[in-house]
Amino acid sequence: MIKKVAGPLVVAEIPGARKGDLVKVGERHLIGEVIELKGNLASVQVYEETAGLKVGDPVVSTGAPLSVELGPGLIGALFDGIERPLKTLFEKSGAFIARGVEVHPLPRDKKWEFAPRVKTGDKVEPGDILGEVQETALVSHKIMCPPGVQGRVEKIKAGSFTIEEEVALVGKTPVTMLQKWPVRKRRILCEKSPVKYPLVTGQRVIDTFFPLGKGGAACVPGPFGAGKTVIQHQLAKWADADIIIFVGCGERGNEMTDVLLEFPHLKDPKTGRPLLERTVLIANTSNMPIAAREASVYTGSAIAEYFRDMGYHVALMADSTSRWAEALREMSGRLEEMPGEEGYPAYLGSRLADFYERAGFGQCLGNPKREGSLTIIGSVSPPGGDLSEPVVQNTLRITKVFWGLDDTLAHKRHFPAINWLLSYSLYVDNLKTFFAAEVAEDFLALREQALKLLSREAELEEIVRLVGIESLSPREQLILKTAKSLREDFLYQNAYDEVDQYTTLKNQHQMLKDILSRHDQAEKEIAEHA
Amino acid sequence: MPKVLEIAGPLVLAEGLSGVGYDELVEVELRSGEIRSGKVLEVLDDKALIQVFEGTEGLDVATLKFRFRGRGLELPVSRDLIGRIFSGLGRPLDGAPPVIPSAKLDVNGDPINPYARDYPDDFIQTGISTIDGLNTLSRGQKLPIFSGAGLPHAHLAAQIARQARVLKKEEKFAVVFAALGITFEEAEFFIDNFKGTGAIENAVLFINLASDPAIERIATPRLALTAAEYLAFTLDMHVLVIMTDLTNYCESLREVSAARREVPGRRGYPGYLYTDLATLYERAGRIKDKPGSITMIPILTMPDDDKTHPIPDLTGYITEGQIILGRELERAGIYPPVDPLPSLSRLRDKAIGPGKTREDHAGVANQLFAAYARGREVRELVVILGEAALSELDRKYLNFAQAFEDRFIRQGERENRSITETLKIAWDLLKLLPREELKRIKSEIIDKYADQG
Repeated sequence: MIKKVAGPLVVAEIPGARKGDLVKVGERHLIGEVIELKGNLASVQVYEETAGLKVGDPVVSTGAPLSVELGPGLIGALFDGIERPLKTLFEKSGAFIARGVEVHPLPRDKKWEFAPRVKTGDKVEPGDILGEVQETALVSHKIMCPPGVQGRVEKIKAGSFTIEEEVALVGKTPVTMLQKWPVRKRRILCEKSPVKYPLVTGQRVIDTFFPLGKGGAACVPGPFGAGKTVIQHQLAKWADADIIIFVGCGERGNEMTDVLLEFPHLKDPKTGRPLLERTVLIANTSNMPIAAREASVYTGSAIAEYFRDMGYHVALMADSTSRWAEALREMSGRLEEMPGEEGYPAYLGSRLADFYERAGFGQCLGNPKREGSLTIIGSVSPPGGDLSEPVVQNTLRITKVFWGLDDTLAHKRHFPAINWLLSYSLYVDNLKTFFAAEVAEDFLALREQALKLLSREAELEEIVRLVGIESLSPREQLILKTAKSLREDFLYQNAYDEVDQYTTLKNQHQMLKDILSRHDQAEKEIAEHA
Repeated sequence: MPKVLEIAGPLVLAEGLSGVGYDELVEVELRSGEIRSGKVLEVLDDKALIQVFEGTEGLDVATLKFRFRGRGLELPVSRDLIGRIFSGLGRPLDGAPPVIPSAKLDVNGDPINPYARDYPDDFIQTGISTIDGLNTLSRGQKLPIFSGAGLPHAHLAAQIARQARVLKKEEKFAVVFAALGITFEEAEFFIDNFKGTGAIENAVLFINLASDPAIERIATPRLALTAAEYLAFTLDMHVLVIMTDLTNYCESLREVSAARREVPGRRGYPGYLYTDLATLYERAGRIKDKPGSITMIPILTMPDDDKTHPIPDLTGYITEGQIILGRELERAGIYPPVDPLPSLSRLRDKAIGPGKTREDHAGVANQLFAAYARGREVRELVVILGEAALSELDRKYLNFAQAFEDRFIRQGERENRSITETLKIAWDLLKLLPREELKRIKSEIIDKYADQG
């Protein structure tokens, strides 16, 4: 029974409720989750609009934690923050999201072609691949032995099944293609190891200067208009991950529409298939209920880890983690908790760390032995572009790659507006072997020379501003010229140009080499004339 | 028997109630028989916290009566909305009787399902070069004007409302105007403008003046947007919503938040300011298979011209770009003083190009931005070093920046430039620079357009 309603927070007496339980609130069965228990009162965050709820309305616990459904049907779908399929909602309730509509995240009636990978009599344990479903041309969906299930395969089927039909019998447990997993619980890797492959994105400033490793985590902060979302979209399009999970968290509705309309037409550079065939989209836009925004990054992570466990390289983009942090702050305020910095709850740092630590590379659970990774790229929208605010600072403590966006670059329409003096990547050492073997021996040396020239340019420009360009020596003027070429020809990349939007690592190396060998040549000539 | 416990600021706390719903509309009856409207902000056991839109002045503890309506604040809608003027709470101000409703809609609306959205990529020609050429507006976009005290944002918004059209065929068009705590003169300026051009016959106005109750302002934009949604998605019209001034709206939110003793976010504004603003701005857009659209131009004045103040800052994170007015341009006597460098339209690249405007549009725009940015840098250099210290190339950029401001940015308040005219001026200006400097435009495009313009 409801005692109190304040925005998305409802306080109620719920017999037998446990923390984390999924509950149904009011006559319309709004979805909520128990986040705090005090005496016989439970605080519930409600994932739908609470207008009209009254004191005395019923609240019923389902006895199960808030969970995601995992199985064939995820790829290409668009979900809200608690994995409700927005296409189905649209078909059921029209263009505006109505309340209390109950839908299954994954389609129940669709049949999938299941191909077994084990035989009757095999011994299996959690994580073992029992069979495969070719979900899209790009993704073979591995059906894994669910957690807690092990023993002898008594029965294994082949053919066409819905996700609720039994495809195998392990010991005495029937196994279907549908699994449920508590949203807030992490799925573990068998063994985590250090990053060793780069996540190739085709973006020159990223791949060459500030590379991200598969299994790493990156932070992209920047003021509005600096191009955070364009970068996230570029990565979702071009990153060489097997699966992309894009979480639009408290951002614009039209941005999700953009992805939805564009991705079916964009072709994967390797296979020529539409990019939507490897993408899962989660959209909880800024005007959708705030509590579901808080849940959306967990929903995304759970789906991402599920695909990682199949042995895929998964990249998760969260845009924007600031909106997620604001959702935390709002719930914390409603719970009347003692605020930390700028009103954010004291546990902001640990929640952020917990999220980014879900990134990783390593060996997956189960047989056959396989490697998988989860890469996380979070954008941050600091108020006023001020990087000293708590969300940026707490994020920087965890992530090893920092792409700092700069609005003065954006004003000059230099895109991507990643500031090369500010940004860093701590994965360069991990990737040394890969670059030397796969790109070129001198790749990192060229990178270093280019970065040095750019930072010299910044110093020299200070001097020019004070005393004019004539005071520079010919060598210094050459540095300015080369740095300009690096900026305009190499770092500037047009996301809307069909040729320019993607550059292979080999071509990046070649471009860099051309610019720098011209520089070396000119430097030699200057030295000879001096 | 209900009993009033507290009247403080815009809020009334009452107890002894039953069956009160969160966010419900409530009518508050004073001793004099006057009725005010309010809404329920929080319910706890038999208590309810009520925000009174018309203010709590004159309320007393002993005789106050409540009528809970069992529903939220609603706007009666019908085709007859068009051409009407309402108060900030939706009461007729034009002397005509209330609208006979064909439906009553909850003013909070429901969020548009992102799956149902259609992408805004229809170019709107506003006839203003700095917008059409550089920061293109699309149908279904939300593009705010960030202004400052004393800058001519009202004139610019009125000019857009007058001139905006789509290059395709003519379609049903309407303007919804929401005045949020602006002065009588400013509101009159808009009304006169709409009357002068006959636009008033296709307009719906919601007027909350500076002298009207401040808390009413929280409801006004929601009423206006509910009307806009009805016109756009039920009557299939293309609706332009102009709201001014959002800064006043945010002040009212802060007032309520402070009265509730909530933990404040930056500068005393509530932590949910972003979410609250999003529930307004995100109501702009287009919907699949529906011909109508809502294009939104909210206007806000930046306190002390500070873009990082929470109101413009959070707005910029939600809207699809921003048009920023610059005081320096205004001082130089340039109208409209749109500062192109910090201004931005995020939807530009999808709304321009072959088949929409022209194939050279994107390249030209990028080149103008880059060249003007460089020109402004050189201008700063001149302040320190004097013009004599400039290189030949720098001097050309300085020249360019000057000409750009004079010929491209500056235009008449009644001057309606077609996109072709805007691009012609742009090419004329780019000729001031050496060709090898035009790195943002493909060379075959330069060959094709540089001379014909």
